[in-house]
Amino acid sequence: MGIIGGTFIFLIIAMVLADLTFTTPDDIFSVLQQKEIRYAIKLSMITSTITMFLSLLVSIPIGYVMARYNFFGKRLLDAVLDIPIVLPPLVIGLSLLILFQTAPGRFIESHFRITYTVYSIVIAQFMVACVFAVRTMYVTFSQINVRQEQVALSLGCNKGQAFRYVVLPQATNGILTAASLAWARALGEFGPILIFSGATRMRTEVLPTTVFLEMSVGNIEAAVAVSLIMIMAGFAVLVVLRYFGTEPSLKTIL
Amino acid sequence: MIECKKVAFEQGSFKLSGIDFKIGEGEYAVLMGQTGSGKTTLLEAICGLRPIKSGSILLDGQEISNLKPAEREIGYVPQDGALFSTMNVAQNLGFGLKIRKWSKTQQVERVKELADLLGITHLVHRKIEGLSGGERQRVALGRALSFYPRIICLDEPLSALDDKTKEDMYQLLLKLKLELNITALHISHSKSEAIKLGDKILVIDEGVLKVEASDSIWL
Repeated sequence: MGIIGGTFIFLIIAMVLADLTFTTPDDIFSVLQQKEIRYAIKLSMITSTITMFLSLLVSIPIGYVMARYNFFGKRLLDAVLDIPIVLPPLVIGLSLLILFQTAPGRFIESHFRITYTVYSIVIAQFMVACVFAVRTMYVTFSQINVRQEQVALSLGCNKGQAFRYVVLPQATNGILTAASLAWARALGEFGPILIFSGATRMRTEVLPTTVFLEMSVGNIEAAVAVSLIMIMAGFAVLVVLRYFGTEPSLKTIL
Repeated sequence: MIECKKVAFEQGSFKLSGIDFKIGEGEYAVLMGQTGSGKTTLLEAICGLRPIKSGSILLDGQEISNLKPAEREIGYVPQDGALFSTMNVAQNLGFGLKIRKWSKTQQVERVKELADLLGITHLVHRKIEGLSGGERQRVALGRALSFYPRIICLDEPLSALDDKTKEDMYQLLLKLKLELNITALHISHSKSEAIKLGDKILVIDEGVLKVEASDSIWL
């Protein structure tokens, strides 16, 4: 057990260290000089952040309803929510592309272009990232004792007030976890974006696309440098998350 | 005064019907019955947290069966206290007043008064985490009493306490009963508790609710 576990931990650390030793600060600086890559960094940050907020907006109500109410079709809904997790990423991208080729999809496209634009990046990220946020919020709300809400109701709250004053403050940690998961997930999303948004420089190029493009022309130094930037961003999120403290029970589930 | 008339409810395979009783103004009723007999369900129905299937619940002669919990003006103390864990003691005590939009000064005054009444003045700035069982129950009791409810419902408030704390809580409840003349419905498993506190004892036995005089059956 110890050896198996140890090997795994060693691999994780060795992987990151290998990236670190492969590049020099100069590589990273020269990468940061390129305006295409600066654009990709900016686009990645902006789209991931938008995806994060959208995911919270959707996952908080869904998670709450799933945790608090029993309704017809709940198990079906639960299964549907797993679809984006089990589908291969490329298939999600392809499915989105096909969706916008259907009659309603084409109607939307004729008024508001989505495929191969930055909007499609957010949609592609959101389709996957949101599910992780929903799962996290579901667990979070399930762990909050329903009695406190009931007391709040007896004290004069309507349901909205009970949620706002009693449930939401207790869900802070869960919300932070959901937000960072969604953000990290969105930052790393590649397959669906490649298919649904394309890989046009200065238009729909996000950081994973950069890694792919640099690799495909044999520029491994740049690819690794960009990867390191993403590792650092992901690491920063982890640190922030641990700093604010997550309930241990939630950590184990995730 | 609270009155249940032919109240019935159903929850899955669990059924309870024909519940008829009356708790007069200033009367302290203790509700007893085996685990699973439906005591908590009945209490929740009175508080409006669970729908009833038929019958009616009257509070001071007014039908409240269809009112929302917030509109019933009933104080509720659940089994574990269920204090708001993100608030401190004073915020817990004043929550019902804040929701009722009392002025800040009124809130502060009432919280002080409650803390004094319950002997928790030294705790008001403490967090909920780290309070003892007895302290928690006092805060929960104060929170339920804060808005001058017409009746207070307590679900086994003393079951998780040690003997010494329990004795203190008896004294406190007896004091509240005398000083505030509260109308109460108190769920308990303990006969001695029922005899000490109850003016009236209600027993749910095999799906039937019976009313006993406090000094009749167990002496």
